[in-house]
Amino acid sequence: MEYINILLQEIYKIFFLVIPVLVSVAMIVWLDRRVWASIQKRKGPNVVGPFGLLQSLADALKYIFKEIIVPASANKVIFILAPIVTMTLALAAWAVIPFSESLILSDINVGILYLFAISSLGVYGIIMGGWASNSKYPFLGAIRSAAQMVSYEVSIGIIIINVLLCVGSLNLKDIVNAQQDLWFVFPLFPMFVIFFISALAETNRPPFDLPEAEAELVAGYQTEYSGMMYAMFWLGEYANILLMCAMGSILFLGGWLPPLDIYPLNIIPSFFWMLFKILFLFLLFSIVKAIVPRYRYDQLMRLGWKVFLPFSLFYVVLTASFLFYFELLPTKGY
Amino acid sequence: MKINRIFKIIFLSEFVSALLKGVKEIFKSKKTINYPYEKGSISPRFRGEHALRRYPNGEERCIACKLCEAVCPAQAITIESEEKGDGSRKTTRYDIDMLKCIYCGLCQESCPVDAIVQGPNFEFSTETREELYYNKEKLLDNGDRWESVISKNLKLDKVYK
Repeated sequence: MEYINILLQEIYKIFFLVIPVLVSVAMIVWLDRRVWASIQKRKGPNVVGPFGLLQSLADALKYIFKEIIVPASANKVIFILAPIVTMTLALAAWAVIPFSESLILSDINVGILYLFAISSLGVYGIIMGGWASNSKYPFLGAIRSAAQMVSYEVSIGIIIINVLLCVGSLNLKDIVNAQQDLWFVFPLFPMFVIFFISALAETNRPPFDLPEAEAELVAGYQTEYSGMMYAMFWLGEYANILLMCAMGSILFLGGWLPPLDIYPLNIIPSFFWMLFKILFLFLLFSIVKAIVPRYRYDQLMRLGWKVFLPFSLFYVVLTASFLFYFELLPTKGY
Repeated sequence: MKINRIFKIIFLSEFVSALLKGVKEIFKSKKTINYPYEKGSISPRFRGEHALRRYPNGEERCIACKLCEAVCPAQAITIESEEKGDGSRKTTRYDIDMLKCIYCGLCQESCPVDAIVQGPNFEFSTETREELYYNKEKLLDNGDRWESVISKNLKLDKVYK
C-alpha cells in the first residue's frame, strides 16, 4: 500500500511536468510559425482561437482523427515503435531540468550526463523510423540525420566539458549556482555560439535540416508516417528544441538566476527567469530558421568535424590552463 | 583569403546582420491579406465565373449565333437553338462545362451582344463535379445576380477595347 502511494505521488509529479511541457510545445510551434511568417511579412496562423493560439491543438486533433498508414513492406513493430521512442526520449530528458531552486523532478548528481545520454539516444528514433519504413527517401534521410546528430554531439560534449571545468560538478543545480556572479556566456562566449549552432544541427533545424530537405528527400525519415505517428515525431522534435534551449540557458545563461541580483529583478520568481531565457533562445532558433539557406551535406560535415571540434578542443585547453594558472579550478569536495 | 574575409567568417558578421535584418522585418507591415474576411482588389477585366445577361426589359441577350461555341478552345460550351414565335432565334440549351473551361475569355470576346460574360466571382467551388456542369438557368441566374457589377466593369473596360 505504501509502495502504491509513493508510486502515485511520483506519477502525479510526472504529470505536472509532462503536461506543461506538451502544452508549451504546442504554443512554441505556434510561436515558431508566427515568427517565421512575420519575418517573411506574412500573417501566420491567426484564425483558430485568439491570435491563432489554438492552431497547434486543432492540428493535433486533426492528426488524431487521421488514418495511420503502415507500408506493406515496412517492419511494422519498429515502424510503430520509432515515433514512440522519439517522443518518450524527448520528454524523459525534461526530468532533470531545474526550473528553479526547488522546481525539479529528480535532482540527480549526474544531471548533465543524463541529459547528454538521453539526447544522444534521440538518434535511435530517427534511424528506426527511417530504416523500418523500407523505402528510399526515409532511409537516406535517416542516414543523414544519424551522421549529422552524431557529429554535432561530439562538439556539444566538448562544449559541456568547458562548462564543467568551471563548475566542478555534474549536477545541473550546481551548474546554475556556479553562475551566481558571472554567467558563463561572458567568459565562454565563443562556446555559447558554437553550442547554439550545434544545437541547431542536433535538432535538425535550418540551416541544418538536411534529413528533411524537402527538395531532395521529400520529408526525410518522416515520409512514410501519417496521422498521430507523424504528430509524435513532430512533438518529439519540438520538445527536443525546447530541451536544447533549456540546456543552453542552464549551461550559459544562468538558468533561473536573474541577470543582476538587485531589487526589481530579483523580485520576479526564478521560474519566470528560466522561462524568459528558454523563450529568448527559442526566438533566436525561429529567427534563424527564417534567415538562413540550407547547408550542403559536405559543408555540414566539414563545419562539424573540421571547425567546431578542433576549436572547442582548443578552447578546453585554454579554459583549463587559464583556470589552472590563476588557481580558479573548482576544488570543492576534494 | 583576404584578412577581411577571415574576420567576417570568425565574427559571423553576415549572420548577425541577417539576424538584425530579420528582427527589423518582424515589425514591418504585413503584405498578405486576411483572405476570407479581406479580399484583394480585382481588375474590371477579371475573368471569373460565367454569366448570361439580359436586356433591361428582361429579354435574354443571347441570339444563339454560336460564335462562343465555335471559338471555345476547350469545347466547353454546348448550344441548341430554335425559332421563337416572334421570329427571333433563341437558345433552348446553353451549357458550360466549368471543369473543361480554361477561363481564356474568348467567349466573351466573340459575343456580338455581350450576352455571355465572365464576371468577377471566383469563389464558386462545389463539393461534386455535377454542380459544375452549368446549364442555361444557372448562367442566367448568375447574370441576374452579378448584373450591376458586370455592367459597371464592362463600362470601365470599354475604353480599352
